[in-house]
Amino acid sequence: MTDVSTERAITVTVNGVPRETTVPVRRLLSDALRHDLQLTGTHVGCEHGVCGACTVLVDGTPVRSCLVLAVQVDGTEVTTVEGLAREDGQGGQILHPVQEAFRECHALQCGFCTPGFLMTMAAGLEARDPSTDITDDEVDEIVGGNLCRCTGYANIKKACRRAAGLMKEAAE
Amino acid sequence: MTTKLFGEPVRRREDLRLITGRGRYTDDIGHGALAAAFVRSPYAHARIVDIDVDAALDVEGVVAVYTYDDLVGPMAEPLPVLIPHPQLTAPRTGFPLARDVVQHVGEAVVMVVATDRYIAEDVCDRIAVSYEELPVVVGVDAAREAVHSVHSDVPDNVAARHHQETGDVEAALAASAHTLSFTQYIERSACMPMEGKGVHAVWNHDDSSLRVHTSTQASTSVRAAIAAKLQLSLEKVEVVAPDVGGGFGVKIVHPWPEELLVPMAAIALGQPVHWAEDRREHFISSAHEREQRQEITVGYDDEGRVTALDVRGWHDNGAYTPYGIIVPIVTATQLVGPYAIPVYRVRIDSVYTNTVIVTPYRGAGRPQGCYAMERTMDRIAQDLGLDRAEVRRRNLIQPDQFPYDHHLTFQDGRPVIYDSGNYEGLLDKLIALVGWDRAEERRAEAAARGKQLGIGMAMYVEGTGPGPYEGGHVQVLGSGKVLVSTGLTSQGQGHETAFAQIVAHELGVPIEDVEVTTGDTRRFGYAVGTFASRAAVMSGNAIALAARGVRAKALRIAADVLEADVDDLEIDEGLVQVKGTPGASIPLRTVAVLSNPLRYAFDEAARQATQFAGPGDDSKPPVAVGDAPGLEHVDYYSPIRSTFASGAHAAVVEIDPTTWEIDVVDYAVVHDCGNIVNPMIVEGQVHGGVAQGVGGALYERMAYDADGQLQNASFMDFLMPYASEVPDVVIDHQETPSPLNPLGLKGAGEAGVIPGTACIASAIEDAVGRRIAAMPISPTELYDLVRNPDAERVPSPTGATA
Repeated sequence: MTDVSTERAITVTVNGVPRETTVPVRRLLSDALRHDLQLTGTHVGCEHGVCGACTVLVDGTPVRSCLVLAVQVDGTEVTTVEGLAREDGQGGQILHPVQEAFRECHALQCGFCTPGFLMTMAAGLEARDPSTDITDDEVDEIVGGNLCRCTGYANIKKACRRAAGLMKEAAE
Repeated sequence: MTTKLFGEPVRRREDLRLITGRGRYTDDIGHGALAAAFVRSPYAHARIVDIDVDAALDVEGVVAVYTYDDLVGPMAEPLPVLIPHPQLTAPRTGFPLARDVVQHVGEAVVMVVATDRYIAEDVCDRIAVSYEELPVVVGVDAAREAVHSVHSDVPDNVAARHHQETGDVEAALAASAHTLSFTQYIERSACMPMEGKGVHAVWNHDDSSLRVHTSTQASTSVRAAIAAKLQLSLEKVEVVAPDVGGGFGVKIVHPWPEELLVPMAAIALGQPVHWAEDRREHFISSAHEREQRQEITVGYDDEGRVTALDVRGWHDNGAYTPYGIIVPIVTATQLVGPYAIPVYRVRIDSVYTNTVIVTPYRGAGRPQGCYAMERTMDRIAQDLGLDRAEVRRRNLIQPDQFPYDHHLTFQDGRPVIYDSGNYEGLLDKLIALVGWDRAEERRAEAAARGKQLGIGMAMYVEGTGPGPYEGGHVQVLGSGKVLVSTGLTSQGQGHETAFAQIVAHELGVPIEDVEVTTGDTRRFGYAVGTFASRAAVMSGNAIALAARGVRAKALRIAADVLEADVDDLEIDEGLVQVKGTPGASIPLRTVAVLSNPLRYAFDEAARQATQFAGPGDDSKPPVAVGDAPGLEHVDYYSPIRSTFASGAHAAVVEIDPTTWEIDVVDYAVVHDCGNIVNPMIVEGQVHGGVAQGVGGALYERMAYDADGQLQNASFMDFLMPYASEVPDVVIDHQETPSPLNPLGLKGAGEAGVIPGTACIASAIEDAVGRRIAAMPISPTELYDLVRNPDAERVPSPTGATA
């Protein structure tokens, strides 16, 4: 049995920046991001993989960071909510369409589940053909796996449609 | 004016930081702090025989272990009974760490502090607590039967007998043309904010001061509690509610044991200490709500008008009563809803069980009251063969009856006098919005698809904005920035935006110049808290009054400078100007500088206010008697009594007679919260409330077994709605301003959740023709109900159309 106190050095590219850190082998990715790398935008809502608040992208795929050990992402590229917007080259940021849409559609209240929705939605929308209109079924699929206790989801679904629309405009 | 923002759907100012990962919740603060973790009771009722920590002390990284024996002074005393009440005759509260007996699974027994949370939990695993099990009381019926007692000195398990009556109900029932009686139940759910509780405490040894960040709905009161329990002087304690990831009531309870123990450890150890609640801890040690048994007798005439109402209830308050009997009081007093009930008696026993404490969860007793009253209306309609909407209409308080006195005493100790309302207007809008009169067509259409369709409605009146008070501080800086603070806290309601709108509107400044701080005792020390849909009503009005004070002072100073009459001045876009005289103006930021006479110039702006800067009036002191330097004002709003919002909901359900799945296909809301500051935010509150209402009606329950073990203490098993479970909601508004406060506001936070259980129960009953007398209801329970030959049958349709 591996001693839980065993540590291992890992190299991960987080939000485009290579990071080297040494973590106990049992450390969750969510804790490594939040406490070792101090990227606290990723939130922990249940620590059993149901709520989706801790969702980050590992090599572009949404992953519940509370169900992954930090050592498992050695050598990968991780994107957190802090890395969702792009630099505009002038010290500012260009928000991702899902971020724009969330703000526009009042798709967040307390904001705690929001990073998980944003990451899931960004990946879901980027995986589809942006030139087509999004369907209700696609929206339900994209937002259907995360819990929110504030909004009742209506405006999150609205934001998903709006973000798809923004991405369609950008693709045209 | 371009600054008229009141009533506009202004985008939220909170959002940018929250969508870019720059929010600061309690667990985001204080990297490197020591971590606390708790050993909690695995038994629902047991005597602690021994706590053996020896094996734990060998773990590398353990810093301290605390049990009850380590608590001193006020910390060794029971936690406070926050809201005493004369009818709460047997209040009981726990200790920060259990003393001799644990009263529910999850009660904290040992606190461990270690170098990180993983190690702290390792240490907890090595602590051996031995218990002697005691008989367990679970459920409201077991509590009232009192075969066993939760607290040995409360043998009947009754904490309080709440009783109000407005006349001789027995005589009125005897004189009624018709009477009917029934019993119904409603189960437990819980707030379940996505962020659990959390506490971060830093002791500054150099000046003997304590700073605590906590995920609370009441930072000023947490501060007072910490000062009292840890015997610190109030000014040495600062409490900040940073970004809070939802509250819904559970975070109004305070001080939670952890809010005292974590600071206690920080002081003792001289190092920052941090605790973040995990989800299982939240299920078994934070609060639940809703469970009641209700026995209702109603008298009515041939037209369906209620002549007398007698309600006998039992309310499960869990193991302790730190929040008093607020929930049963709210049920008792809000039950009557929008109806004129000539004679009403309510008696609710608040009873102990060996379960997690029961304290307000969004609605706070109102959903149960609405469930009692609205299901009564349905039964009267069924009995007389009348349209359910028509029976309601005949009982409504009429627009010319306001203020309407129910002769009851509300949760704030003040009379239940409805300030304003138009309940018939709500009903008319609801009937149109949901298509009430087309229900039979829809039923036939659904039947052709093999589905059983039903429709139900429920109305409510919600006392909002109770006192005693909130305050607001508004200050204009020489930079032009307008600082606003209020003591109550925010958990996602958009206060930074709504309060900025109010100030921009009242003061005539661009909203971009306004910065709002809530829930930080360093900025505002007097407050009550965020609960009972009171933030907009209480702090909104206090802030408006403070802004008006600043405006009056600014106009007075500007009038001197501009040699104009105050009445001829206006403020627009941050410029004080003489109406109709372009150029005769002074920026508000300059007024702010001039408002503070200076000796020392530290920048260009300050130069204008120094003693040689210009001709002064030597006959007057620089600061007039009764005046104060600075362009700022503090004011308070303290209402004579609560204001009463109202609404009406309707649900259309389709039931699959193979799976008995219940699908809410339509949900209509008509909502009246008086004047609206920001309709986008209000609709968001309604959406969120409806989702919780649907959850409470169909999915959420706390599944305690007979041993008091919570069987579904995870998001895998406690079914909170995902997007797929929440229906599309259509909303119509009615605005009946409150005459009680300057802005005409009524609260909006809880409205959406209140009628959910009542109207969905009504719709299911309408669909299947079987009496629904216990909620929530699952497909399995519905299947069992329709198969049970003894189940009470009700006419289906139940009179949706007259």
